[in-house]
Amino acid sequence: MFTGFVALTLLITFWAAKRNTGASAYFAAGRNITGWQNGLAVAGDYMSAASFLGISGMICFSGYDGFMYSVGFLVAYITVLLIVAEPLRNAGKYTMADLLAYRLSPRPVRAMASLSTLTVSTFYMIAQMVGAGVIIERLIGLSFAPAVIGVGVLMLVYVVFGGMLATTWVQIIKALLLMAGAILLSYLVLQYHHFSLAGFFDAVSKADYAGTAEPKNLLEPGLKFGVAVAGKWGPLDLVSLGLGLVLGTAGLPHILVRFYTVPDAKTARSSVVWAMAIIGIFYIMTTFFGFGAATILKKALILTETGAPNPNMVAPILAQELGGELFFAFISAVAFATILAVVAGLTMSASASFAHDFYSNVLHHGKENRPGAEVKVARITAFIVGAVSIGIAIYLGPAVNAAFLVGLAFAVAASANLPVIIFSVFWKRFNTTGAVAGLVTGLVSAIVLILLSPNGLFGKAGAPFPLENPGIVSIPLGFLAAYLGTILTPRDLEAEAKFSELTVRAHTGLGAEKATHH
Amino acid sequence: MQENKRSVDWDRLEAKPEFRALLGRKASFIIKATIFFMAYYLALPILVGYAPDLMKKKVFGEVNIAYLFALSQFFMAWIMAFVYVRVASRWDREAAAVIADVK
Repeated sequence: MFTGFVALTLLITFWAAKRNTGASAYFAAGRNITGWQNGLAVAGDYMSAASFLGISGMICFSGYDGFMYSVGFLVAYITVLLIVAEPLRNAGKYTMADLLAYRLSPRPVRAMASLSTLTVSTFYMIAQMVGAGVIIERLIGLSFAPAVIGVGVLMLVYVVFGGMLATTWVQIIKALLLMAGAILLSYLVLQYHHFSLAGFFDAVSKADYAGTAEPKNLLEPGLKFGVAVAGKWGPLDLVSLGLGLVLGTAGLPHILVRFYTVPDAKTARSSVVWAMAIIGIFYIMTTFFGFGAATILKKALILTETGAPNPNMVAPILAQELGGELFFAFISAVAFATILAVVAGLTMSASASFAHDFYSNVLHHGKENRPGAEVKVARITAFIVGAVSIGIAIYLGPAVNAAFLVGLAFAVAASANLPVIIFSVFWKRFNTTGAVAGLVTGLVSAIVLILLSPNGLFGKAGAPFPLENPGIVSIPLGFLAAYLGTILTPRDLEAEAKFSELTVRAHTGLGAEKATHH
Repeated sequence: MQENKRSVDWDRLEAKPEFRALLGRKASFIIKATIFFMAYYLALPILVGYAPDLMKKKVFGEVNIAYLFALSQFFMAWIMAFVYVRVASRWDREAAAVIADVK
């Protein structure tokens, strides 16, 4: 099944490689992706291994508090829909920085936006790579390092040769496979409970891991963030997590670049709606396979050899228990596809940002010296980003907490990227200093707070910052820095003059990048 | 893009009363909708975190307020998206009218 998926995706890559002529085709799939296709691709890009495997595990072990992630992941798309998707599509070209550089001084803004994009993508990617390594190690017996290298190499093939078009189709196929897997898994869980919702929730309220643990009510909140478990800062940590999730998605570079692949803002809008339908149904189903797992699986099956909870294996083992080896192989293949698709999307956005923002616009002042140089640089960057992430993932090893890295990516995205995107579209006075101050402060404060958190350098007991999720502090700091940076420095009349152009473009689509026809 | 920059008088378009009115309506909707969904969404972790006993109250069988409130967030998001799409397609027509004479 793995082989089938890999063969299919390589075929797509080969097909896409032949159609990749020029930068718009490489970076934005020629802007020819339709609304439902992009919606599926957004969903495929978004529902990472951390959400499929991680969340089912988190719900299985922590019950309701794990389900809070599911809620936040969907509600986040309202931010994308209302605030970000359409102006971005209308005013940008290939990256998030295009929107910022529109009326601000391009070089510092692009350099910083590129740095923040690379940071978010790398953290996110390392998390996926580590997850991939762990899963493949368990599933096909390949040891950690070769598994990570294998995933990395495959992903590079898609990105380097197939560009955005191949990446998009890998994501679409993955989204369909993931939905099929989730529906089947939910069906089997309900079948186990004789198709009685009342019986299902009754069992969840006394979940005892098939009689191998004390029954606990997983529907009750507080098993992870409650005061009894997490101390007096637990509830605030939950709020902070919620804030990071709901505002972070709209700053994730690999999600934002997806809106450049459609022909216009209207299609960008409809693709968010498609994505919300799919993502919402998926996360509601985590009710069944997350909570359900706690009623069906014996505790011993979902612990590591050392007896610690092994959240990443909950979904595959549930599949094995309910559907046998074939279904286990299918769910594992889905997990594998998930990781590949997300990692490919991340590499794509990181390399696009480096090539387009840093190489072309910062180093070469926006002039392409030789035609095709930008795409060439992007391919080389994809290779380097991939190699670096593979290296770091292997260095960190299988024990690193993948959810921690994903949380960091969301926090940086919400604190650094979102404030400057919002201000540059909606605030005329906003200037370059404000943008750079917002990006730097958001990036640095999120990272520093995570290092000072209980997950960071000082361990659980000695952490100077009591919350695991920095959002509630770092997001306001990002906004504040962008605001202060602007009002404390002289007005930038040129940027304000271009605001009317940006406003007209953002709200009418006049002069927006057109689709290329093949 | 280059020739667009030269030939389009962005300031004139931006200053059109019908464009200003459109922007005003858009801003008003987006601000209200954002305040609503952020308040509705953040109420969930705040209530779950600080009023767990209230949230643990059972409604149907074992299903409690916490779960129903979480589930309602999904429907809130979908309804919000539906309403936004309807309003936004009206904005599309108005925006098209604003730029009709330069296209």
